[in-house]
Amino acid sequence: MKNKYDVIIVGAGPGGSITAKTAASGGLDVLLIEKRQEIGDPVRCAEGVGKDALKKHIEPDNKWIASEIKGSKIFSPDGTEIKMSEDASSGMKVGYVLERKVFDRVLAQEAAMAGAEVMVKTRATGLLRSNGKVTGIKAMYMGETHNINADIVIGADGIESKVGRWGGIDTALKPNDIETGAQFLVSNIEPGDYNQFYLGDNYAPGGYLWVFPKGKHMANVGLGILGSKSGNVRAISRLHRFLETYMPKGKIVEMVVGGVPVSGPIKQTVADGLILVGDAARQSDPLTGGGITNAMDAGKMAAEVCIKANEKGDYSVKTLKEYEDKWRSTIGKELSKSLQVKNLLVKLNDEQLNQLAHSLDGIDTSKMELPSLLFALFKKNPKILWELKTLFV
Amino acid sequence: MIVNVNRFKCGYCGACVGVCPAGALELIETWIEVDTTCTGCGVCAKICPVGALELNEK
Ligand SMILES: Cc1cc2nc3c(=O)[nH]c(=O)nc-3n(C[C@H](O)[C@H](O)[C@H](O)COP(=O)(O)OP(=O)(O)OC[C@H]3O[C@@H](n4cnc5c(N)ncnc54)[C@H](O)[C@@H]3O)c2cc1C
Ligand code: SF4
Ligand code: SF4
Repeated sequence: MKNKYDVIIVGAGPGGSITAKTAASGGLDVLLIEKRQEIGDPVRCAEGVGKDALKKHIEPDNKWIASEIKGSKIFSPDGTEIKMSEDASSGMKVGYVLERKVFDRVLAQEAAMAGAEVMVKTRATGLLRSNGKVTGIKAMYMGETHNINADIVIGADGIESKVGRWGGIDTALKPNDIETGAQFLVSNIEPGDYNQFYLGDNYAPGGYLWVFPKGKHMANVGLGILGSKSGNVRAISRLHRFLETYMPKGKIVEMVVGGVPVSGPIKQTVADGLILVGDAARQSDPLTGGGITNAMDAGKMAAEVCIKANEKGDYSVKTLKEYEDKWRSTIGKELSKSLQVKNLLVKLNDEQLNQLAHSLDGIDTSKMELPSLLFALFKKNPKILWELKTLFV
Repeated sequence: MIVNVNRFKCGYCGACVGVCPAGALELIETWIEVDTTCTGCGVCAKICPVGALELNEK
């Protein structure tokens, strides 16, 4: 460890590692720190990603792919099935279920190979500042605190992000802005090769239950409930109940708990000498809870702006605003649409959800992606879905 | 301390840290620490996926 870098990145999740790799490849002097002693572990994720979104960043490798997925099946509360997202040219797989313990470490390793220094078991405990600008971090490694300077600090520190708050950006999530989840890796089942989503109050109020296959006989079986609907019955208890009823032969070989931001775009993600990326910037999708590839996309954008800032010798908001503009016009737009759909969905009762599913009777949805499926639903159910009309003009 | 953490239940996921309006929580390695800025608002206890947090009445 040196006492000065161009860029310090806090958090070695997918967002942080792609930022580090991109910045280091661009010739910057980069330090990537991770507070855990093992990158990627414990997992806080259902590990589902779209093939195309992932391939923008890394060549798929069987070392970290647990399953290939043909498409998705959504089940309404009464069990009506909606198939979607199959590849149009038939037979091709559209998504992966990852092995994130391996995946996250591979991304960090790629950052290291690109020239970044990586430190694990190293926790940021505060920011260094001078004249109102962020100038580095305080970090604890093995019980000792170090001051490490940098031109810019990237907060890629996930759901529990503190970097933004230290930098004056309030990222606290309200109960309505978080899905609280639990998941088991369940063995001794046959999950097939579709990602499955179950809707309804019985499974997951204000969220959904998922079954994501990991190989022939295992799956990530989990659920997320809207924070505001959590309380008396916890995510974990609901999940136990589901398993007892629907997968009585299933055996739990791993347990995961965690929260996903579903707030939609937050107001501010940069300050002088500071950028937030990924879950720390609340860039996960409010509808699906997916945040892996958004974090990677944002990380790349952040690093590219860092490279420009380095050339200019200016890390003030004036320069960093380019990151803010760029992610808002891409990721941010999608988040806003998803938020609109989420806000409506959480208001619908089971009967209305069933009605929506039944309205697709006789329509082949199997090749549709989410936007076209929503449009098909909207055409059939304008009354229930009226507030989504702006999505389709 | 107003919030009690049941360390035997907690899955160190950090969700509570993300919702605390006072910034009173921190996830360190495998445990949650609560500092004196906790106002007792109870949001963390509400959203914890396993119910590891409880408000202390006193
Ligand atoms: C139950 C659940 C299921 C999910 N399922 C999916 C899914 O199927 N598909 C999908 O795309 N997304 C899913 N997500 C969301 C996804 O996991 C996140 O969006 C993604 O991991 C975000 O990446 P990130 O790099 O921003 O943050 P993270 O991957 O959370 O990484 C942040 C890192 O920062 C470290 N850190 C935090 N604070 C500090 C500090 N002070 N000092 C040093 N290091 C620090 C943390 O230890 C962590 O390693 C799910 C989330 C949950 C909870
Ligand atoms: S939300 Fe619950 S399980 Fe997660 S870290 Fe906080 S106390 Fe632990
Ligand atoms: S009770 Fe409120 S202030 Fe106290 S730790 Fe929990 S969320 Fe933070």
